[in-house]
Amino acid sequence: MIRRRKTSSHRKPLPPVALRHGRIEMEGTAKQAIETGRTRLVIAGAIFALAFATVGARLIDLAILTDGNEPRIAHSPAIERFTTERADIRDRNGELLATSLITASLYADPALVLDVDEAARDLAMVLPELSEASIRAKLSTTGRFVWLRRNLTPRQVYDVNRLGLPGLAFQREERRVYPHGSLASHILGFTNIDNRGLTGVERKFDDILIGGSGPLDLSLDMRVQYILEEELAAAQQEFSAIGAAGIVMDVVTGEVLAMASLPGFDPNHPIDGADDTRFNRATLGVYEMGSTFKIFTTAMALDAGTVTMRGGYDATNPIRVARFTISDFHAKKRWLSVPEIFMYSSNIGAAKMALDVGSEGQQAFLRGLGLLTPSSIELPEVGAPMIPSPWREINTMTVSFGHGVAVSPVQLASAVSTVVNGGLAVPATILKRAPNDPIPLRRAVSAETSENMRRLLRLVVTEGTGKNAEAQGYLVGGKTGTAEKLGAGGGYQRRALLSSFVGAFPMNDPRYVVLAVLDEPKGTKATHGYATGGWVAAPVVGKVVTRMASVIGVNPLDENAPEIREAFAVELNPRGTTLASY
Amino acid sequence: MSSFARTDTSIVGRWWWTVDRWSLAALALLIGVGILLVLAASPAVAERIGTNSFYFIQRQAIYLPIALVVMFTVSLLSPRDVRRLAVMGFLASILLLAVTPWLGAEIKGARRWLALGPLSLQPSEFVKPTFAVVAAWMFSEQRATETFPGNIISIGLFGLVVGLLLLQPDFGMTLVVTAVWFTQFFMAGLPMFYVVGLCGLGIGMMIGGYLLLPHVASRVDRFLDPSSGDTYQVSNALEAFMNGGLFGVGPGEGRVKDHLPDAHADFIFAVAGEEFGLIACLGIVMLFAFVVLRGFGRMLQERDLFVVLASVGLLAQFGLQALINMGSNLRLMPAKGMTLPFISYGGSSLLALALGMGMMLALTRRRYGAGGMI
Repeated sequence: MIRRRKTSSHRKPLPPVALRHGRIEMEGTAKQAIETGRTRLVIAGAIFALAFATVGARLIDLAILTDGNEPRIAHSPAIERFTTERADIRDRNGELLATSLITASLYADPALVLDVDEAARDLAMVLPELSEASIRAKLSTTGRFVWLRRNLTPRQVYDVNRLGLPGLAFQREERRVYPHGSLASHILGFTNIDNRGLTGVERKFDDILIGGSGPLDLSLDMRVQYILEEELAAAQQEFSAIGAAGIVMDVVTGEVLAMASLPGFDPNHPIDGADDTRFNRATLGVYEMGSTFKIFTTAMALDAGTVTMRGGYDATNPIRVARFTISDFHAKKRWLSVPEIFMYSSNIGAAKMALDVGSEGQQAFLRGLGLLTPSSIELPEVGAPMIPSPWREINTMTVSFGHGVAVSPVQLASAVSTVVNGGLAVPATILKRAPNDPIPLRRAVSAETSENMRRLLRLVVTEGTGKNAEAQGYLVGGKTGTAEKLGAGGGYQRRALLSSFVGAFPMNDPRYVVLAVLDEPKGTKATHGYATGGWVAAPVVGKVVTRMASVIGVNPLDENAPEIREAFAVELNPRGTTLASY
Repeated sequence: MSSFARTDTSIVGRWWWTVDRWSLAALALLIGVGILLVLAASPAVAERIGTNSFYFIQRQAIYLPIALVVMFTVSLLSPRDVRRLAVMGFLASILLLAVTPWLGAEIKGARRWLALGPLSLQPSEFVKPTFAVVAAWMFSEQRATETFPGNIISIGLFGLVVGLLLLQPDFGMTLVVTAVWFTQFFMAGLPMFYVVGLCGLGIGMMIGGYLLLPHVASRVDRFLDPSSGDTYQVSNALEAFMNGGLFGVGPGEGRVKDHLPDAHADFIFAVAGEEFGLIACLGIVMLFAFVVLRGFGRMLQERDLFVVLASVGLLAQFGLQALINMGSNLRLMPAKGMTLPFISYGGSSLLALALGMGMMLALTRRRYGAGGMI
């Protein structure tokens, strides 16, 4: 049309010679360029049309075709996390040990507060623990957010709302609460302000508790826990001990019914106590246990067959090895039978028994009882045992009576369970075992040895050093232990003792092991100044057994019934004429 | 409307009869919609940041008349004057862009703004339209005169622009400038071999950006797998469209604007979706599509390569910006900060768009008799 005529006419005239030729060529190039441009313009246009159509289709998809049943209110992950509660922790009977409470925390947006003085005065009236001046200071800041008080009670929330002050708001929060206070605090552990577990079960099972898959059931029985803690605390106070630990364990299932470490702390306010209150002596602390180890030495010798119940060793003279002298506390200075060695807690006899079995056999036996490896109990705070390296002959002798090797109380309780339950090693657990759950059992001691050990343990209570552990009708058996603690300088301290008693009951068919350990107890007038396991720890076990037996349903037996006397008959001194009554 | 007689030969009269009145109407409608939506969305944002509720509206009210005047005045120009204006504008904005990294104010980790008294200016916004026209000139000159190194100059200028944009850094702007420039080069007859090669290079650079730049990688990851990170803005935007349904929840009834920091700017389309519904949104999409495709259609009859390339460049920039914004809102692509042309709040963006569309209107005017560039 009209425009065609004028195309490219704006070009400046070319030099005259090339004029005609150049113009024609330019016309051709321009035409070709514009043709290419048009083709490609269609392509570009098509792409744009397609893109706009896509946007339109997506709009229709979102606005109409998206399922109308979908929640219409935004649920960002941050909000969902907030609504999930940390799961409860319960004991074996469903008693609540740890739970999460929804609370409200008060904050303010200072920019929206109309009258700072009025707001501060009114708030201080309903929240008397806040001072008017501090509220005024907070509300006078230039920021848009300031906490006024965390974790209000519903009553306080109501009171604050009733004030009708603008600029105040509540943040929904969760707070971990332990209704039993300091009871079982070392097992439960505690959480930080963000409800993440820091110690104990709270830490070990953090993921499961956060997962919110129902409450977590522990093996604990809070009734027994209460009894144990009360008796331990009483003994700790009576004997001015710096600490105490105790365990009640089911010998068949390995479940821990009660476990205590004193001094304790309140997990509701964990940082209020001194640092050492949060230390779990029952699982994290490892100690030289002393004579309670003779249980294992005797069981080992009987199991290995190096001595029989009728055999014995000469304990007339102390053993001198290198610079050590091994002597007896209750020295009889004569030949002693195996029951006598155990009953009188003879170090000389135990050392000789161990020497006959040998270092290799001793290590294998102790390993079988789980004394050389950390306990399998499900807590983050588990102490590794300290064992001699290298394991020389002198170590074999000292280990036989519980020196030169340090284990945790829970390891000791597990090993004693194995010795008395018929000889089966069972891993200790803090979780409740379901009735039909297979329990991983492993034979560590022969059934016959286990039977003999029950007689010997009972003998200690009826005739020997553990008389104070007797609980009328419950056939307690056990062994005392009194170890001198290592001082800072490395030598043993005569006055700093670790006194313990590990018992089991009823001895004719043991169901529970009860362990009590007192750290540095001091003798009293009533104990004639003695602070040994038999005087300070054995009574704790006796009282705990008496009190817990009725609670958990263990019936008392007539100790003088003929079949019971028969079951515990022990020939005390085959070379002499004495025959133990039972 | 037709208050101008056909015989009116005044500048305005000639303008009225030669300008593409359909495009003009579409742009006017977009500006109207923009006023409505900024009114709807910005008070919530203004209140949240603690200023006067009408802060953004007042500022927009200052910019809008200026923008309208700019657009109208520029659309009066002849193609040659458009070219002159673009060259000058390009040089000025390149200069400003070059000093921005040193003199600019740092906002959210990038220096893109120059303070000019009470107003602030984003030079990169003005680089976009002016560069499109300059590049079009260079490409068309190369085709007109084989000995003229137009392509080389264009490539050099492109490198300069991209380098300056990346200094700020401003990846979104870089992406748009690159896409527009490439479209122009493509239209100017870039051999297919290079088209494929440059496409490959572009994809390679995007992958490189993903691998080397952590914040790019994070955005892409969150797009591909929304659960991998914080998708707060986009999730809220999607909720808004679902909430709105066909007719919307009604003006002022929307809630997304209370949650999105950029409800008045980058996410204004979501506010439209919630308050005015699907039909209004489709209307907005169609307005954008109409402007772009009608412009393209008119260029099919155009005989001057410079006019074609410049108009297509300006339209592509306009359309691409709209597409990226709406695509981000609808989670069709990784979130990318970009204003919705003429609708989002933003002074520099509005003025630059007015300049660009003014040039587009000027270029697409019918030039009876006078023809090309005379």
